[in-house]
Parts: sequence; structure tokens; C-alpha cells
Amino acid sequence: MGAAHSASEEVRELEGKTGFSSDQIEQLHRRFKQLSGDQPTIRNLRKGPSGLADEINFEDFLTIMSYFRPIDTTMDEEQVELSRKEKLRFLFHMYDSDSDGRITLEEYRNVVEELLSGNPHIEKESARSIADGAMMEAASVCMGQMEPDQVYEGITFEDFLKIWQGIDIETKMHVRFLNMETMALCH
Amino acid sequence: SCHSCELKGGIGAKPLGSRGRDGGFQVVTFKWAHVQDPYVIALWILVASLAKIGFHLSHKVTSVVPESALLIVLGLVLGGIVWAADHIASFTLTPTVFFFYLLPPIVLDAGYFMPNRLFFGNLGTILLYAVVGTVWNAATTGLSLYGVFLSGLMGDLQIGLLDFLLFGSLIAAVDPVAVLAVFEEVHVNEVLFIIVFGESLLNDAVTVVLYNVFESFVALGGDNVTGVDCVKGIVSFFVVSLGGTLVGVVFAFLLSLVTRFTKHVRIIEPGFVFIISYLSYLTSEMLSLSAILAITFCGICCQKYVKANISEQSATTVRYTMKMLASSAETIIFMFLGISAVNPFIWTWNTAFVLLTLVFISVYRAIGVVLQTWLLNRYRMVQLEPIDQVVLSYGGLRGAVAFALVVLLDGDKVKEKNLFVSTTIIVVFFTVIFQGLTIKPLVQWLKVKRSEHREPRLNEKLHGRAFDHILSAIEDISGQIGHNYLRDKWSHFDRKFLSRVLMRRSAQKSRDRILNVFHELNLKDAISYVAEGERRGSLAFIRSPSTDNVVNVDFTPRSSTVEASVSYLLRENVSAVCLDMQSLEQRRRSIRDAEDMVTHHTLQQYLYKPRQEEGENVRRWYKHLYSRHELTPTEDEKQDREIFHRTMRKRLESFKSTKLGLNQNKKAAKMYKRERAQKRRNSSIPNGKLPMESPAQNFTIKEKDLELSDTEEPPNYDEEMSGGIEFLASVTKDTASDSPAGIDNPVFSPDEALDRSLLARLPPWLSPGEMVVPSQRARTQIPYSPGTFRRLMPFRLSSKSVDSFLQADGPEERPPAALPESTHM
Repeated sequence: MGAAHSASEEVRELEGKTGFSSDQIEQLHRRFKQLSGDQPTIRNLRKGPSGLADEINFEDFLTIMSYFRPIDTTMDEEQVELSRKEKLRFLFHMYDSDSDGRITLEEYRNVVEELLSGNPHIEKESARSIADGAMMEAASVCMGQMEPDQVYEGITFEDFLKIWQGIDIETKMHVRFLNMETMALCH
Repeated sequence: SCHSCELKGGIGAKPLGSRGRDGGFQVVTFKWAHVQDPYVIALWILVASLAKIGFHLSHKVTSVVPESALLIVLGLVLGGIVWAADHIASFTLTPTVFFFYLLPPIVLDAGYFMPNRLFFGNLGTILLYAVVGTVWNAATTGLSLYGVFLSGLMGDLQIGLLDFLLFGSLIAAVDPVAVLAVFEEVHVNEVLFIIVFGESLLNDAVTVVLYNVFESFVALGGDNVTGVDCVKGIVSFFVVSLGGTLVGVVFAFLLSLVTRFTKHVRIIEPGFVFIISYLSYLTSEMLSLSAILAITFCGICCQKYVKANISEQSATTVRYTMKMLASSAETIIFMFLGISAVNPFIWTWNTAFVLLTLVFISVYRAIGVVLQTWLLNRYRMVQLEPIDQVVLSYGGLRGAVAFALVVLLDGDKVKEKNLFVSTTIIVVFFTVIFQGLTIKPLVQWLKVKRSEHREPRLNEKLHGRAFDHILSAIEDISGQIGHNYLRDKWSHFDRKFLSRVLMRRSAQKSRDRILNVFHELNLKDAISYVAEGERRGSLAFIRSPSTDNVVNVDFTPRSSTVEASVSYLLRENVSAVCLDMQSLEQRRRSIRDAEDMVTHHTLQQYLYKPRQEEGENVRRWYKHLYSRHELTPTEDEKQDREIFHRTMRKRLESFKSTKLGLNQNKKAAKMYKRERAQKRRNSSIPNGKLPMESPAQNFTIKEKDLELSDTEEPPNYDEEMSGGIEFLASVTKDTASDSPAGIDNPVFSPDEALDRSLLARLPPWLSPGEMVVPSQRARTQIPYSPGTFRRLMPFRLSSKSVDSFLQADGPEERPPAALPESTHM
């Protein structure tokens, strides 16, 4: 396991913070070591436009993974709601690359372009138009009918929540952490 | 099929007027025997269809009683009538007719419209229920009945253990026909439905194997069964199921490949789908593999490629025909189930047997479901609640497959065949009628999560896609092989290899989920637009400035205009997941619909103009000459077009005069309109080039326009409307001729002396094109290199707004104050 002496303490701390069990933490740690090549941090992540961290340590790794934990069925309504909000906030941050609290059209376009980049036949223009259309849809959902002078700056987190109201993100946004055979996936 | 053929033939064989004239010429003869068989068949189909009409006259009845139950009762009545007339059971549901003609359409319909993602996502669950569940049901029912028999409760019967097991195996299987018939009226949530339905389809392999194995064991005689035979039985299960699937997949491959080349035989395209699928069924039957599995997987696998390859009209034809065949088959099946029951010769009653069978199948199914669900919930992401389990156990309906199988038994080998037949009939009736009647109230009482049909939203699709990617990434990072990872790998494989081979090249490019939603949204806007136009009597409508911004378009078809209206023809649902057999455009009105309509009409303002595929996918609304082979317009159409133009022009004139009065003061507005119209026209390029290189031109034109704009009133129309007219006009044009000159746009001709060569002959919103031409809004940024994009501030969005993106520091300052009218609906 980890090199720290107070390993079990750390594990317990992490358990508390992220909600993983110690087995899961151990397995994830193994995976982390695989990815990072036994370094304490994973380096050489792609630099985002606003200069994201180019390395993450294990704690960050775990925190990110914790967003994808399945919702505990024993939690009550309020906790479920909270957990849902957290997951959505995570998503929101993924879209909002400059972290100013709003997803602007430009950021949205980037997202759509990247999403559709896998399909070699769709041109950038199409992606643009689609992003525009989606933005408009979002605007109409969030703002309803707007006056001509009104300006829609971008999608805020509240708007984001509104868009996602009907969809149960709890069932979609999690990964099964049951069988974690780390088949040495050399990608 | 009819057993009294000879009887009827004997009655009516005398030709009229032949009496007394030997060897004379008969003017009219009554040749009943000649037409008997097809006539009787046609009559029965007619009766069944008329019955359906009759049932639906009373909405109250059909909302409570499932149609299948009504049909069975009708069958009983008719059977009674026939019996009273002839004292012979003339018509029964014979296994041959059932298995060869009635069952395949239903299963094909199920497979072709199967929501693949949902199906494969729950495949583990489905397989478990289908295989283990069915074996469990069969074994427990058979053994329990045997146990009761041994105790003597059933009296004296000539049955052995193997007979009971045989009976158990045929009564155990959940029936796809019954499940579809009942569940489609109940609307449980899609996960539940897909589990029950998938189970009913996939358990065919198990049923076939068990049935055949036990039948041959019974024929061999109980003492001659050896261990080798048992092992062979188990092996045959794998062979039958995997073999059937393989046959289905192979034929799906063939079908997709064939449809790739049917570009010039559009008319018979739909035929291929049916013929090849049917062949897969028969081939599998011939090789004694599971025919249902074959045709199911044929439908499942070919869906994507066939839908991509065939034209829109063919897709519609396939859809309607399949639904029609499946629906008719289902109707006939249930009616004949009722009729076949009226046959006193087969009736053998044994209280204990019948009652206990009913009890056992219900109880053991419930137990089985609970056990399996407990096991599954440890591995499933979405847990199956107890309520779901109740629905799952209650929804295990038996139907015509069991009946056909029991009738197929060899009466000599299975001595108590009549008892089995009677019991099966009672079981089927019980499940379909009683359980069918009560499942709806049960579902409501238990507050089962219902299905929601909603309009697809662009945002949802986008985010859904983003999700898939994120989840695959996370799975990858965390070193797991999960669903998303597998799905990712599969779609990669599919894109690289399968689609290249099976899909038409043009389809490969445009076939993307997001584009599809996009396309659908645009189409819907177009439809609502035209519908609104029709409602108002002309396309020249404009909302008056003060009024409502609420959409008032009524989508329910109006009886008077329905058949004739363009919008009705347009109102086809291209890609909805439709699990119902009876309805093609089932859509529950929800609150979201209203919101979505608003959204779409907002979008409509900025309709994107995907380029049209070379002439292929234009819907032709004009009448074409009757021709079985070609769909080409003729000289008459040119005339029609001329008349159409003139009419439109006239309408616009009358409309213009009313409109002009209202907006004298909004000069800037008109300027805007001009520009927009300008850009809109320019934006659809006839010859398939993206306007990448000409943005500068567009801008210069616009600037010139600004300078040149005079105070003279340009026609105060909205380009959506003009776009609409262009659309309709261009649609009537012979698209085979690829002239870039475009049509005579009556709207523009009096006023604009602009470059008409770029006039759009393409409808503003038509798709599926290969590329999406960007909207005017998007294109205003093209001259600015992407690197210097600022955040675009004024995202104007309103019913009155126009071009919404003004650069913060753009050189063209447009007065934002006076905004033009728009046909924002």
C-alpha cells in the first residue's frame, strides 16, 4: 500500500472524505500507481485553457472517483438530493472550463465539438450549430420567454440544475465499483 | 384453417341456372369451392378487423379491458355460433398457421423496433430470467403436478413423470404475444417492460429445447431415457439458442447489405426487409433451431443499418406495414384462441389438475422472480424494487405459443392430450383475461413508475453523449470493464468496420444520434410551422406585435383537414422508440410537451439548413402519375408548380397589404429583415459547398445592403414564411434536375434585384443532409478567427428578437432598439 507510515490513518481519513471503503481505496490506489508509474502524482495531464493542474495526487484522484459512486440506497431524501447536486456540480465544472460559474456559448461549443470529434464526418460548423441550438434550448428552458433587450449570459449552475431536472442522474452517473479486476489495461 | 371445407363445398356447388339444361352455357355460376379457401381466410381477417373497430367505439371499455380479452370473448361467441350451426369445430388455430404465418410478423415487429440500447443494457437480467427462470418454472410445475398426481388427488390418469415435465415445459414459458398485448396498454417504465418482454422473446430457445427433449423422451418411453440423452438435451439447448441467434445475425447482415444497393429500386425496398427476415425465421425452423430467436435478432441487428440505408418513405412503409401485420396477426390469434376453445370434443375436465396448474404457475413464478431478483440486485446498477418484482411476476402471461405447442402434441404418445389442451386453454384465458384486466389497476395502485414519452431534447442528447464518454473514461481510468467501456468498444468497431460495409456512404456521414435529434427538431418546427399556416388558411401569417407569445399550435389531427393536409403527411415520427403495437405515434401529453413546443419554435427562428442529399430525400407532396416503377414527376407537375406559384404570390400580396399597415415605423426592422432574408438565401448553397470561403462576401453584401437600404418598404414578411414558401415551392420542383438557378421566389421577385442565382431551392430546414450549414448567427462570427473569439454577450432570445449575436466590439453596430416582427410561434 502507500508509503506513508500512518497508512491506515490516511486510509481512514480518505474513507471519511470520499465514502469509499478501505478495500476500494486500496484497489484504486493500486490503479493509481499503475497510471502514475509509481510516482506520487500523475503528471502530464493535458493543460486546459485556464491552466489546470498538470498533476494530481492520489487524494484528488479519489475525490474525483468518489463522484461516480453509486448512490447509497440507505440515504434519505435530503442526502440523495445533496449527492445529486454534487454530481451535477462536478459535471458543471467539466463544462465550465474557466470556472467563472457560467457555461458560456464558447465553452459549450468546445464541449460539443469535442463530443462530436469522434465522428470524422461531422464538420466543425455542424458542431457549432448544434451547440448554438442547444444553448438556445437551454436558454428557453431557463429563462422562458425573454424580452428583446434581455441578454442571456450563459448557463449558471441553477439553470443547469433546471435542465437536468427530469433526468435521474443518480442511475446514470455512476460506475460499478464491484469487481475491480485491474486487468492491466495497457492503453 | 378450416375443417369444414368439404362441408361448405358440398352446399354451394350447384351453379345457378343450370337446372334443366344439360351442357348449356352458364351465364353466371356460383363457384364456391373455387374461391373457398382464400375467401374464408379473408372473411376471418375482415371479421377480426371489424371487431377491432367495434371495440374501439367505446373508449371506456377499451381503457379497462385489454383488447386481447375482448377478442377472446368474441372468439368464444363466434365459435359458439359456428358450433351451433354445424356441430363441428370448423375453425381452430392450427399450429402450422400459427407458427408460419401469425407469429413471425409479431416477433419481427418486436425485434425491429426493439430499443437496442435498453435491451443490451439489461441483457444479463433478461437472459437470467429467460433461461433460468423458464427452466425453474418448468421443473417446479412439472414436478409438483407429478407429486400431486402421485398422491392420488387427480384421480386416474395415464400420465407419467415425463408427461408432466412436458406439460410443465410448455406451460412455463412467458408468451411474447400476450405480454405485448397487455403491457402496451399499461405503460410501465421501460426497464420493467424490456425485462418482461425480452424474457418472453428469449425464452423461446429454452421452450423449444425442453419441449423437444421431453417429447422425444415421452416417445422413447420413460425407461429408455439414458444419461446420454440428458446430456444431449443440455447440449442441444446451447446449439439451438446460439444457432438461432447466429442465423438471425447472418440474415441481418445480408439484409443490411442488400439495402445498401437498393437506391434505384426504392419502391420494393420495404419488401426486402420482410422477405429476408421471414427467410431467417424459416431457415432457423428448418434447421430445428430457435426460429423466434432468429427473427428477433435479425430485427435487432439490422435495425440500424436498414434504417440508415432506406429512404424515408420506405422506412415509413416498413414501419406501417410491420405494425399492420403484427397487429392483424395478434387480433387473429386471440380471436381464434376463443374460437378454438369451443370444441367439446377436446374438453376434458379434471378439477385438481386445472386448479393446481393455475396455482403452481403463479406461485412458482413469483418465487422464481424473487430469488432471481435478489441475485440480480447485487449486480445491477438500477435495483429492482419489490414493486417491480410484483409486476414481473404478475406479468408472466401465457398465451398462444403454449396453446399451439400443446395442440402439436402427438395424441398417441401423450395419452392425456385433451386434458392438457383443456388446461392450457384455461390457463391462457385466465392469464390473458383476468391478469390482463387486473394488471392496470394493480400498476396504478402500486404506483409503479410509468413511462414518459417526451420529445427528445437536444440538451439531453448532448449531455447523454457526454455522459457516455465520461463514464467510459472513468471506467477506463479505474481499470474496469464496464458497460460503457464495452459499448464504446462496440461503437468503435461498428464505425470502423460494420458501418463501412453495411451502410450507404451517404448515410455513414449523417448517421449520428445528435444530428438525428437536431434533424428531428428542425422537422418538427417545420411541421408546426406549416400546420399553423394551414390553420390560418394561408402561409402568410404573422403574429401581431402585442399578442401572445404562447404557442397555440394544436397538434391533434382535425378530422376535416387531416387527410388532405400537408402537415398530416409530414407529421411522422421518425425515430421515436415505440414499443406499442397498436399505435405508431403514441405520445403522452405531458407538461414537457408545451415547453418543448416553445423551445422548438424558438429554434425555428434560427432554423439550420442542412444540405439536402442529392434529390433523394425530398418528400413529394404532389401527385405523381401512377407508376409501379418510378416516382418521377411529369409535365403536369410543371403546370402544378406554376399554379402553385401564382397562388402563393396572390396570397402574399393580400397578406402584404394588411401587414404593411402595421409597421410603418419600424424601418430598421425592415432593414434587418432584408439582411436576414439575404443571408438566409445565401446560406443554402446549391452545389454542395460550405460557405467557408465566402463569409467575407456575405458580410460585404450585408454592408452594401445597409448602405443601400432605402426607406422604401421591402415586403414585410418574415423569412421563415418566405422560407416556408420556398420550401413548398422547391419541393414541387423536379429535384432531379440540379439547376442552381433555384425557383422563382414570388416573395422576393418584386423587390429584390439581388443575386438570385443563389436563391435557395432547398428548403430551409430540410435534412438529413450531409452537412449542417451554419445559421446566420453562427456565421456572423466566421470572419473572426476562432482564437480571438470573445465571449458573446448579447444572446438575445425572444419572440421578437432577431439576429442575436452582436459582437461586443463589432464594427457593424446595429441599432438594437427597433426589432422586427417575427413569426415566432
